[in-house]
Amino acid sequence: MNWTPADPMVSLKDVHKSFGELKVLNGVSLDVMKGDVICIIGPSGSGKSTLIRCVNALNDIQKGSILVEGQEVNDPNLDKLELRKKVGMVFQQYNLFPHKTALQNVMMAPVRVLKQDKAKAEETARALIRKVRLEGKENAYPGELSGGQQQRVAIARSLAMQPDVILFDEVTAALDPETVGEVLQTIKDLAEDGMTCILVTHEMAFAREVADHIYFTDRGVIVEHGPPETFFKNAQDPRTKEFLSQIL
Amino acid sequence: MEFVFDWFRTLYQETGINLPFLYDEYDRNRMIGGFLTTIWLSLVCLFFSVIIGVIGAWLQGSSFKWTRRIVNGYIQLFRNTPPLVQLYFFYFAIGTLLPRVENDWGGQSPILGSFAWAAISLSFFAGAFNVEIFRSGIEAVPKSTVEAAEALGFSKLQIYRDITLPLAFRVVLPALNNNLVNLVKTTTLAYAIAVPEMLYEANQIWSDNVNVTEMMIFLLLAYFALVGVLVSGMNRWERAMKIPGYG
Repeated sequence: MNWTPADPMVSLKDVHKSFGELKVLNGVSLDVMKGDVICIIGPSGSGKSTLIRCVNALNDIQKGSILVEGQEVNDPNLDKLELRKKVGMVFQQYNLFPHKTALQNVMMAPVRVLKQDKAKAEETARALIRKVRLEGKENAYPGELSGGQQQRVAIARSLAMQPDVILFDEVTAALDPETVGEVLQTIKDLAEDGMTCILVTHEMAFAREVADHIYFTDRGVIVEHGPPETFFKNAQDPRTKEFLSQIL
Repeated sequence: MEFVFDWFRTLYQETGINLPFLYDEYDRNRMIGGFLTTIWLSLVCLFFSVIIGVIGAWLQGSSFKWTRRIVNGYIQLFRNTPPLVQLYFFYFAIGTLLPRVENDWGGQSPILGSFAWAAISLSFFAGAFNVEIFRSGIEAVPKSTVEAAEALGFSKLQIYRDITLPLAFRVVLPALNNNLVNLVKTTTLAYAIAVPEMLYEANQIWSDNVNVTEMMIFLLLAYFALVGVLVSGMNRWERAMKIPGYG
């Protein structure tokens, strides 16, 4: 199948995933178009993080199909490198390489994986560090940066691979309340630039503001979804209503 | 220099304290040769034992059951047997099974000499411990850090080389230092297969001069100094490898 930009960039069909006996995803389907920002919300243990980890094959799935720009992820012969060039990921715990400076963290993958010229990769990395507003911190090690700064380096690191879509896995959950804002602003900038983003988040106000579409998951299924306005104002399903009443 | 040599010769004549390698050229050359052999044997074994440790730890993470079993078998065999027995095993058992080659005088020589066997045997001995040391370091690297590298498209080998190993290395340096200090001390076992290292040469000198006490004191201090240099070098390295804000 030849993928065209008119097709969904990421398309999940009836995805099933279990860890041993524990069923985590129970038939999830969703489509993400190019330039979309979608937020996945839901109670802890509802399979949100697993869902996006399956998109870049950090977790495998037992049944169903995940297409990223037409490439089937649920395939034993999957070309992981090809997939990961297209899909970036930012983690809850930042997961920077602690023995590399901020600049090295950002330019490492382009040099090693994409075999980019070092000087060119450094130039791009410096520009990205500026973009996430960390100019002057190029030579700082992750241990010398605050949580919010580390997370922004992690976003720059992901952007350096020039992905077509970025997965954000509860990227503000480990941050102090006062640094959450700076990371969300960075993501908002990306969304405005037209980057396709799939976010797992607990930041409802943020989801409402930037998302094109909200998905609510519970016990491995998508219970309800829709554009933020209708979703937050007119939730239909009792589980969604209960969740929103607790969190808002 | 002559002045120093004369002083030690006088010391011997006046007091009976005999350090011939400090005034006799022949003994001095023997001692220097022994010292250099010890250093060279140590360096060769340090190098190969670390290589064995790094590769062994990598193979331990293999998805093939038999690769892991072979590595574990190797560790058990070399960790649970005395190094002197290993040395004899290599030199006398394996060594005699190998073909002989013609030497410069038309005679038959073993294909590997005693130095080579000592280097092989001691590298395997220390390497077995190094595999376990590196494994503990690799296990200390957070899985999430490795996952981040995976998500960026790094291959398994790139992750091991660029992420896991540099981080594991910093964790294991103190344990590695201990093992390498032990290795340098264990090179004295090469004496048993007549490798002309420091202990062997000292033995030659005390046999000729009947000055066992002086030679033993000198040997003890010489090893103390040698290992002291190694330890201070390693400590300096440990400090240099420290990552700001980490660990």
